[in-house]
Amino acid sequence: MTNEQLSPPPATPPGTPAPPTGGVPDLTDELRATSIWTDELVAAARLPVVDVPMVSIGGGIGSFILADVLRISGLPTSSLRVIGNIDTPWQTYEYLTKVSQIPRHERLRSDSTGCPDNVWGFPGYSVREAWNEKTIAPLFNVLTEPIFTDFYTPRAGQAFEAMAKEAERIGFDEMSWRGQVRMIRRRHGGGYFTAYRPADGSAPRVVVRSSFAHVAVGYPGLTFLPDLQRFRDTHGDRVRVVNAYEPHEHVYDTLRKRGGTVVVRGGGIVASRILQRLMEDRMHHGAQTQIVHLLRTFVHGPQKRSRFARRHGGNGLAYQGFNWPKSSWGGQLKDDFDRLEGDERKALYEQLGGTHTPKRKLWQKQMEQARREGWYSVTQGVVDSVEPEGDHRLALRLAAANSAVSELTADFIVDCTGLEGDIRSSALLADLLDHGGAGRNPMGRLDVERSFEVRGTRTEPGRMYASGSATLGGYYAGVDSFLGLQYAALRIADDLAATGFTNRIGIGRSAAQWWRWARNRSVE
Amino acid sequence: MTPTLIGRIQTRLFLIVVVGVPWTLLVSPFLPRAASDSFLGGRGATSDLYPTLFAALGWLALFGVIVWEPLYHLAQQFRWEKDWPMLFGLITVVPEAILVWWVLDGEPPATGSTFVVHAVSTWIVMWLVANGPIRIFLLRWRFRGGRVFDGAAW
Repeated sequence: MTNEQLSPPPATPPGTPAPPTGGVPDLTDELRATSIWTDELVAAARLPVVDVPMVSIGGGIGSFILADVLRISGLPTSSLRVIGNIDTPWQTYEYLTKVSQIPRHERLRSDSTGCPDNVWGFPGYSVREAWNEKTIAPLFNVLTEPIFTDFYTPRAGQAFEAMAKEAERIGFDEMSWRGQVRMIRRRHGGGYFTAYRPADGSAPRVVVRSSFAHVAVGYPGLTFLPDLQRFRDTHGDRVRVVNAYEPHEHVYDTLRKRGGTVVVRGGGIVASRILQRLMEDRMHHGAQTQIVHLLRTFVHGPQKRSRFARRHGGNGLAYQGFNWPKSSWGGQLKDDFDRLEGDERKALYEQLGGTHTPKRKLWQKQMEQARREGWYSVTQGVVDSVEPEGDHRLALRLAAANSAVSELTADFIVDCTGLEGDIRSSALLADLLDHGGAGRNPMGRLDVERSFEVRGTRTEPGRMYASGSATLGGYYAGVDSFLGLQYAALRIADDLAATGFTNRIGIGRSAAQWWRWARNRSVE
Repeated sequence: MTPTLIGRIQTRLFLIVVVGVPWTLLVSPFLPRAASDSFLGGRGATSDLYPTLFAALGWLALFGVIVWEPLYHLAQQFRWEKDWPMLFGLITVVPEAILVWWVLDGEPPATGSTFVVHAVSTWIVMWLVANGPIRIFLLRWRFRGGRVFDGAAW
């Protein structure tokens, strides 16, 4: 499958380092070719070396949550440096949620207790929202979910504001270094070297020597459906065929001005978001939009494996509150994932995976009205080809499951399938596979232990960990979520505590630190 | 919540001991009761309520472990998410309290209303603690399906 890096957030420069200029020290060919670096080798390259006990690479929410937990465990700010190329930990996340139609006032698909700013998950977002807005509605919601109400989910803005406050409390800025990490290599004698390019241009390349490393670089990259990629490659058209995770406000603008037909592809949460926007533009702003919702798999009703495994579904879509069944984060299914190895674990991933979206009352109502009024239809099939038709339109050839071919004309296609690229599309992860000793798990992502240590990368006494989307397929399914990142951070912190690097957060420390959190006092 | 069977049982016992017992001691002076048998009349002594109240807690623990939690666990298997919504955790007080009342040998001055106020208030306090504050102390509890007593093991 072809792969295209989507436009990064505006502040993020591309990952490829500029070629070294004459006389300025940079990674030598010898360094690039050597998997395990010695201190002498690095010294010979005349690269500036900085010693830090631990680095966390990525600088996003994964790094932030680990920093939070380690600070709560008693680690001083001087012991950890977070290296990333974003201004705030939530910058990339906010960019992706915003373009996929979750601005700050809209709600995420996240549980009330998945709070990146609060490792205890108490008080959850629902309690805080009730308190701040003097309303019992969120409390009633969590009390009755998911029986009488939809799952409560926090507004995006609430999560970002809470993180900003927590970042201040734990001294996150003191720990942050801005820059682009090119590679992490094991160090002969223990620990790791992290080579990065400081964003302030103070040096072309700096090498950080640390005992411990953590990699949380987020999505390796998003991929387009092959037919859409072909269209973009052939016709150079990035206007009519867009991915939901890239800016595409022009689609809504044009539809509001001129009307037209839009094909929304995919049956997941992002498709639901895009549909909501399109439908609200039509309902409230008079956009004359016709929506064709194209699904590869049409779900007619509940997906039933056995009477003990039955997922709701209907009208083409499979319904699930969160991206995994809830107990995957800490219950029966979590224990199952934790216990299974290899193909058995992969089978569980496949059994519980698939595309699905929450069954929210608002969306059901909108889709129902749209169907009734005849401007929304769901079609099952895959796209055989996309060709331009005239100056503004697209001709799609669809192949249905019964191999009937049909044709469709549209003004825009929005790809909401959210395919994620291979972990190799991250230069850093590719380097870890090639030189770091890392391998792949049964789902093809980065293979980590139950403690989130990257298997095969240990250099005693050093250890390297990874968390987030890149580790999907391991012993914990919910890695790509706020709560999953907290779980990973706790496991990593416990593993580090066992080496003596920091303290284990026991009952006393937990309670004392919570009390500090509650009063917004610094961790020390 | 997303409990496992062993997590359910451990959490129940933990809550009864750590929350139920102190709550019972705290609330018993204020519970309704029959008049004293003594010659002078007046309210029955609080300490005379204890045998009934603590027996109720004992039955709550025992029936929970051998009847209710296995039953809830079975019911949970029919749920795709394998979760246990907050509301279920609240309303299950009704059948549980009825069963305890049925076997309980209440002694004066404890009456029906003593039992109802004690049972409902204790349940609500335990339920509230389980849905939040417990995590202040047991940081990993929510990831462990409610297991409390595994020590350092995940």
